[in-house]
Amino acid sequence: MTALNGLRVIELASEPIALAGKLLADMGADVILVEPPGGDACRNYPPFLDDQPGEDRSLFWWHYHTSKRGVVIDLDEPSGRDRFRALIATADVLLEAQPRARLATLQLDYDNLVAHRVDLIHVAVTPFGRSDEKSDLPVTDLIVTAAAGPPWSCGYDDHSLPPIRGPHQAYHTASHFAVMSALTAIVHHGITGVGQFIDVSMHAASNVTTEAASYSWLVAGLTVQRQTGRHASVTPSGETQKLCSDGRYANTGVPPRFPAEFARLDTWLKQLELDTELPEAVFLEMGANWEGPFDLAKIGTDDTITAIFSAGRDALKLIASRLPAQEFFVGCQSVGLAVGVVNSPEEAFEDEHFKARGFHVEVYHEDIDRTITYPGAPYQLPASPWQISRRAPKLGEHDAEVWAEL
Amino acid sequence: MPAALSSFRICDFTGQLAGAGATKWLAAFGAEVIRIEDPVRQGRWDILRGIGPFVDERRGINLGGAFNNHNTNKLGITLNLRTERAKEILTEIVKQSDVVTENFAKGVLERWGFGYERLRDIKPDIIYVSNCGFGHVGPYSDFKAWGPIVQAVSGLTFASGLPDQPPAGWGYSYMDHTGGYYMVMAILLALIHRRKTGEGQWVDLATTDGALGLNGPSLLDWTVNGRPSRRDGQPHSNRSQMPPMAPHGIYPLAGDDKWIAVACRHEDDWRALVGVVNEAWCSNPSFADLESRLDAQDALDEGLSTWTAQRSKVDVQNALQEAGVPVAAVLMPEERIDLDPSTADFGLWPTVQHTEIGAVRVDGLPAHFSATEWRIDRGAPCIGEHNEEVLTNLLGLGADEIADLRSDGVI
Repeated sequence: MTALNGLRVIELASEPIALAGKLLADMGADVILVEPPGGDACRNYPPFLDDQPGEDRSLFWWHYHTSKRGVVIDLDEPSGRDRFRALIATADVLLEAQPRARLATLQLDYDNLVAHRVDLIHVAVTPFGRSDEKSDLPVTDLIVTAAAGPPWSCGYDDHSLPPIRGPHQAYHTASHFAVMSALTAIVHHGITGVGQFIDVSMHAASNVTTEAASYSWLVAGLTVQRQTGRHASVTPSGETQKLCSDGRYANTGVPPRFPAEFARLDTWLKQLELDTELPEAVFLEMGANWEGPFDLAKIGTDDTITAIFSAGRDALKLIASRLPAQEFFVGCQSVGLAVGVVNSPEEAFEDEHFKARGFHVEVYHEDIDRTITYPGAPYQLPASPWQISRRAPKLGEHDAEVWAEL
Repeated sequence: MPAALSSFRICDFTGQLAGAGATKWLAAFGAEVIRIEDPVRQGRWDILRGIGPFVDERRGINLGGAFNNHNTNKLGITLNLRTERAKEILTEIVKQSDVVTENFAKGVLERWGFGYERLRDIKPDIIYVSNCGFGHVGPYSDFKAWGPIVQAVSGLTFASGLPDQPPAGWGYSYMDHTGGYYMVMAILLALIHRRKTGEGQWVDLATTDGALGLNGPSLLDWTVNGRPSRRDGQPHSNRSQMPPMAPHGIYPLAGDDKWIAVACRHEDDWRALVGVVNEAWCSNPSFADLESRLDAQDALDEGLSTWTAQRSKVDVQNALQEAGVPVAAVLMPEERIDLDPSTADFGLWPTVQHTEIGAVRVDGLPAHFSATEWRIDRGAPCIGEHNEEVLTNLLGLGADEIADLRSDGVI
């Protein structure tokens, strides 16, 4: 049995919440995606099947709308609003990211809808929250992300290059909070039978997803500065992204800091016969034989601790320069160091680890008679498994089916 | 106002952000989160315990600002699980808990004698959620990870950057945050399943799985069209390909390290931008329509950058907002936390009372609930702060027994 079997979610199609609907649908909720006549704009987002545009050929659409059913309702028409109310009467959750005033203007806001479903859980996602007039300004994912702060922390040591945002960052984060909120309310409803209205701010969501940038300021009034490929920091930190022999990169994260780590790194360096190229290797031996706590707070002030710590970094840099990135990654992990190869998405996808975890999920598209491989589950619940129950819906594909059920 | 999750108890071994961030959400909605730490190492498995930022010159295991941020409204007890008595106490706590949470490396809880089989023996419907970088199954399951490692291996670091530059990556542990979010979802989904079926389960959460899935459309472009993301001109992550928009990027402002994001969603936005900028380069035929602008983005960005670089944040933002063009300055922490009414009015930075730190602000939650609003008002627990409270109220131990546990090094 799926975890959300029997739960009906009405999703008013909109890019910022597409991932939220998918997360609920892939866990078994009956997510009914409501589109306007002509369809949601995301149907026309590239990339396309075989690079040929078409409303049923967008791979963006395919990804974000798995496991959902699709209907068309014209909310601007009285008959459409009647249909929507009838649908809401059967629903547990409404998920929407409409402009702030739109549903009230149509008399389809929470106050009106609870007359049709008294225990409705209504999750409303807006750029800056329901009470903020800035939610009426036009935004994109990039605009929300910039206003919320993440790019301040992301980019390069060279600050003449622009700060960087991660793709779809604000919308993904907003969707995550929309799902956490919906599930929290569903658990509460299961106990009390009470629904509620939930106001999710995309801007607030990314604001509290910036780690030290926020709490360095909140706690100590300190400002982090962005650095290439590593954490933004109040005081500059050593580089962690190493160029490997095949031109790819690896991230060495937290360098060795325990005696056993220095010992294993020293041994590996010798096995590779690279110790003679690194005079500082002597400090690795000192690190390996260190007694008592190795106090990272003394880096920069205690010469010995600084030298040992630096030798760890230098050894990793040297080894990286002589090995392909994947080999460096596996080698580091084999000696107990938390290092990661910087994969492109497809390199990660083709890695045997993800295949072994069942991350390649095949979905048959009967309309084109092709089986498509999709990315798999974010979590594995064996008793209530994640699954893609159907491909993304075509425009109005389930109109007749859903209206018949009503 | 009632709390949504007040009927649940979490036996919590999580730490850092990827785990502690998850149980912070549960505690904010009233779940009783009992954080269990090692008295011998003073809870230092969580590397954030006792390290900065600090509110003042004081230092100590209870004074770490990041730890406080991620552990609000939780109870904290100490158990030395090297001792049999501590294992008995843990057994009693598990018996009375709904969920056991941890984000250790694979196998740690098992080595302590509390793997899933044992947990299920203690409480048949227990929900056990393990959260680690590579999960408990697969060739890399013994590998170690932090947020930046997860981001690197899963494709997210690669996807964030400029062409002909090293990966910019993410200047913070996005996947520690997001791994925590997926952990919240996993816990709540398992609770919903248990309510319907009476059945508990072990959720194997690998943050690299969650991270890889965030590349969805790019992965389908690979599996369907065979197009890799590692190709010339990519990544260029301030630009927009899905959907195609141009101009779309982060541009320099006058002054040191000042930046502004501008996006033209369609021709109306472009015409509105041109109306504001009103310079000769705007009428270049190469910028006449979206298709041309996409082909000429370097020149387009250069023209717009030259214009923005001569102007202040207020001038550019106000002019473009008035014209209806999507625009926002890249805000520094102090700007978005102390000077942005949007976050203040949302109540995004609640002040908590911490037993030793005192009053300090923390990250709030980005959602408001009409029936079960969250509450973040108590700071993170000091090491063993709630030993008496939990051992007395939950396990019914007397003051003498607790004193013995302390003198025997059990708590």
